[in-house]
Amino acid sequence: MGKSKRKVPGINASSTADISFILLIFFLVVTSMNSSTGLNVRLPEPPEDEELQDPPKIKKRNSLIVLVNMENEIMITQGEKPPYQIDVDELRQLAKEFISNDENRVDYPEKHAEDIVFEDKGVEHVLPSGRQQMVTSKHVISLQTHRGTNYNTYFEVSQALYGAYDELRDELAKKEFGKPYKNLDEVQQMLCRLYYKTMISEAEPHKIGG
Amino acid sequence: MPELNTSSLPDLIFSILFFFMIVTSMREEEVKIEYKLPQGTNLSKIERKTAVVNIYVGSPSKQYAQYGTGSRIQLNDRFAEVKEVRSFVENERNNMRQADQAVMKVALKVDQNVQMGILTDVKMELRHARALSLMYSADERNKQ
Repeated sequence: MGKSKRKVPGINASSTADISFILLIFFLVVTSMNSSTGLNVRLPEPPEDEELQDPPKIKKRNSLIVLVNMENEIMITQGEKPPYQIDVDELRQLAKEFISNDENRVDYPEKHAEDIVFEDKGVEHVLPSGRQQMVTSKHVISLQTHRGTNYNTYFEVSQALYGAYDELRDELAKKEFGKPYKNLDEVQQMLCRLYYKTMISEAEPHKIGG
Repeated sequence: MPELNTSSLPDLIFSILFFFMIVTSMREEEVKIEYKLPQGTNLSKIERKTAVVNIYVGSPSKQYAQYGTGSRIQLNDRFAEVKEVRSFVENERNNMRQADQAVMKVALKVDQNVQMGILTDVKMELRHARALSLMYSADERNKQ
């Protein structure tokens, strides 16, 4: 053990920056900061006894049947009208008119008074324009596909239908709260969702026929 | 002219390095299926990545051509049959943290050209597994 004060030579650290740069670049390349995006959907509860269950009776005016067939054509059956074919953009527009029924048409879903209330920790929240609202909550959009339907078409149709609800909620948010839906707080968003409840039912695909 | 003091440069770089090291999630599963996601607008993002289960549907990529060219399902690292989906999802859910189990989401990464038949079967299995929250993965359509 040397008792004399020996000067320890300092480590030349000038290259640490370069080394960490290389490491940094490695991680930059490897990192996949892909935030995955997509369309959120919710499946219905599992069927218990399919044979025993009677399908609930739905009035003709309350139902909108969207059938995407094997040729990827969109066929619409609504109310008493005969089936007809439309494209995706028209479908979004039609779905919006159907869900909201702004003009109170007799062939679109009936409107009836309902309490739009969201209870959060014992506090009841309602829309600014009042507790009781005229809504079309009895409507059902039935989305049907064939086994041979293309997924891409199905996705676009789903997007049009879910998008119709989103647009209507956005319009409602602007009317009621004066700002777009995405800027609302959670309670306000919940109220908009209660006003326009998503009523899309997906039937099992048809196994036969085209 | 005084020289610029660069003695803190390594520290600076190190902190950026640590940031990327933490953020990086190495791809844990090899995707053996070729898929081109559909394109959409106004898509939602996944909030909790730890609560997501991925299911891939598409045709096997070139080096796995021995598995055929038809639509196949990939769970974790292997090709699987429709009837395996249920136990797979239930298993994945049991391995999650309690907080994640309640908000578990199944991301369906499905190729554009897959036919609905196989997807409907998968969805039916998911319903039986009570994995009701789904996401159809898609890419944001570029607006020109």
